[in-house]
This record gives sequence, C-alpha cells and structure tokens, in this order.
Amino acid sequence: MNPGDPIAAIAIASILFVIGLLGVMVRRNLLFMLISVEIMLNAAALAFIAAGARWHAADGQVMFLMIIAYAAAEAAVGLAIVLRMHAAGRGTLDADTGNRLKG
Amino acid sequence: MSIPLAIYGLVAVCAAAMVITRTIAVHALVYMVATLLALACVFDTLGAPFAAALEVIVYAGAIMVLFVFVVMMVNLGRPDQEREKSWLTVGTWIVPALLALILLCTLLFGASHVTADPMPMAAGGPIGPQAVGLRLYGPYLLTVELSSFLLLAGLVSAFHIGRRIGERQE
Repeated sequence: MNPGDPIAAIAIASILFVIGLLGVMVRRNLLFMLISVEIMLNAAALAFIAAGARWHAADGQVMFLMIIAYAAAEAAVGLAIVLRMHAAGRGTLDADTGNRLKG
Repeated sequence: MSIPLAIYGLVAVCAAAMVITRTIAVHALVYMVATLLALACVFDTLGAPFAAALEVIVYAGAIMVLFVFVVMMVNLGRPDQEREKSWLTVGTWIVPALLALILLCTLLFGASHVTADPMPMAAGGPIGPQAVGLRLYGPYLLTVELSSFLLLAGLVSAFHIGRRIGERQE
C-alpha cells in the first residue's frame, strides 16, 4: 500500500460526501434522496476504512460494519415510507407533499 | 496516490455524479451499483478485503435489491420523468452546487493540512476478517448488541409502516 493512499482516500470520501449532499439538496424525488443518503453513508464508511488503513487498525472495519447495519435499517424504514406514500394514492414521490401522509 | 486507487476513485466519483443527475430511477440504481463496486475496489486497495466483500454482498447485493424492488412496485412512469427533467434546471442546481463546493473546499483543505503526525505510518499488509472479528466481539461487543437493537427496531417499524399497504384506502 502506498503511504499517500489514506489521504487520497479521504479526498475521495470528501468528494463522494459532497455529491451525496448535493443530491439530497437538489432532488425532490424521495427515492433519489434516499439513494443520495446511501452515497453519503458510503463516503463516511470510506473515511473510516481509510483511517483504519492509516493506523493499521481493525477498528475502521468494525465501524464500517456498524455503518452497513445503520444503512440497512435506514433503507428499510425509508423505503417502507416511500411505499406507504405511493399506496396513499399519489402518483408522485415529491418530498414536498409528504405532509399529506396520514396514518 | 497509487494508480489503482486513483482509477477506482475516479470511477466511483463519476458514477456517483451520474446517480444524482439521472431522471429514471432504474438508471440511477445501476450507476449506484457501479459506485458501490468501485468503492469495494477502493476498500481492497486500502487493505480491507473483508470490508470489500461485505460492500459487494450486503450493499450492492441486499440493499440495492431492496431499492430495485421498491422501484418495481412504485412503477414511476413517463410523466414522472418529464417532471424530474423540469425540476433539474440550472436555477435549482446553482445554489446547492455552490454550497456543496464550499463544503468540498473546506473538507479538502482540512484533509491536506493535517500537521499533527504523532505516529509513523503503520506498516503491514491487509487487515483480514480474523482481526476484524476479534475486535468486533472483544472491545466492541456492546456496539454489536446496540446495532442488533437498531436492526430489530428498523424491522418492526418497517413492518408497522407497511402493514396495510395493498388494502383499499377509504
């Protein structure tokens, strides 16, 4: 492994995080917002892995496992809400109409 | 920076940029899978083969399949694409893009100006699953329990939210 790799990986993680944040800010479709959140979570995971590689510790990968568990729970709940909004009879997944969700 | 890391990182960033600019959900999902596979290659380059395998199996495999199922059930049609296109104008992009650019500059500046270097670069090969498992079920045992709580809570709330989907609304 190249000594400059962890810093470069942190830079990649920063760019990915910013792309995910941009997606959350720009898109209004709930599905795309959830995917953008997944991109941000992946960027955080990459930062952990890079730090673990820098100190040659396994803790980074342990935190990566936690992030995967969190992403799975978040995706399950978020997608259930998306399905619920769609089942409420609306043809759009516009996030601005979420206040009409009942029940 | 080594050449493979640069290539994989470039692929991941480009695919992520494609994800947030697509108007069709399935295309965005395919690009997202490409991002995740490139990230798995990055993890392997950084000496984390276990994380790379989990990225492919759990993220690109399980979580993305969940998204694909939802896209299949929601079935976004042609008018939705037109609306997405009308939302993706320059006016909606420009301010968030500027804000994100400022954040990116800050992050990169912070990452490149790390002055404190108390420990020399730790040498050694990849960190295998054995080392990760020993840490996971040793000092991090409570965290494992907490994430199992989190997964159970996610399961219960997803079931609760989706319990009446498919029945006729009044």
